[in-house]
Amino acid sequence: MPSPTARPGAPAGIDPRGPRVGAGLTALLLVVVLLLTALESVWPSVVVLALVVVSFAIGTARGPQGTWQGAFFKRFVRPRLSPPTDLEDPRPPTFAQLVGLIITGVGLVLGLLAASGLVPGLAVAVTVSAALALVAAFLNSVFGLCLGCEMYLLGQRLRARA
Amino acid sequence: MIAPVLVVLGVLVAATGLGLWWRSRNGAYRAVVPDDAHRLLPAQTGTAPGSRLTFVQFSSEVCHPCRQTARVLSTLAARESGVVHTELDVDEHPELVRELNVLRTPTVFALDPEGHIVGRFSGSVTTAQARATLDAASAPAAAA
Repeated sequence: MPSPTARPGAPAGIDPRGPRVGAGLTALLLVVVLLLTALESVWPSVVVLALVVVSFAIGTARGPQGTWQGAFFKRFVRPRLSPPTDLEDPRPPTFAQLVGLIITGVGLVLGLLAASGLVPGLAVAVTVSAALALVAAFLNSVFGLCLGCEMYLLGQRLRARA
Repeated sequence: MIAPVLVVLGVLVAATGLGLWWRSRNGAYRAVVPDDAHRLLPAQTGTAPGSRLTFVQFSSEVCHPCRQTARVLSTLAARESGVVHTELDVDEHPELVRELNVLRTPTVFALDPEGHIVGRFSGSVTTAQARATLDAASAPAAAA
């Protein structure tokens, strides 16, 4: 049976459970961001959001297996699991990291404008961007639904049609 | 403090609802009324049709759930006589993809022995769902 997986030039597969565990850690950080918005100062939530942005930037550059969340999975979770039944192409989850980077990056920039007092009204952007990213990270970790991966596949398809 | 807690809870409830809806759609079979305008011929699928049912699965190169669906369907095809499973790459069949309105991978079409499309589903599929689909789709005149 011809299978579309084995194509020359495809990058080495990764354990599909790694990005899910990573998304769970990201979701926890995003909950912290949202809870910190209760404080009067915008800075604490902006600082934790910056940590999330940096993580997504690393994931975009190196793939989800190259992030600190990926290292956590390899060190603490992977040894307790049975071997994966099949491997996942790292390109869709890497694209998903880029989507996360854009969403949280916009929130961070607007949050910095608010925290520095330039445009105080923008503090709500931190909440909105963290909430959107939390939906995606939660769906990825709990349900295995990777929104960014679906977008990647759709993008591939649209490019093929054009 | 109460507002941010409510935001977190609201987001998690909304995401859970979305996730459950998505999960319920995966592998859920939709029968269609077969007609001569919606047929897939052996020349298009690249395989001889099964005497009971043919699963034509559209996959893409980097799609992870496609692997699971392919495994389930090819196992079913190997166990059940008259059942055929074949996989087509969306990149290599753009005109079929457009014609059949394939929006996500995997999307699977169930064909009767004459190649009429009798139903479709998308997403990863469980063995139980695939079996139920086979029963529903290959029952004589059930789809009409």
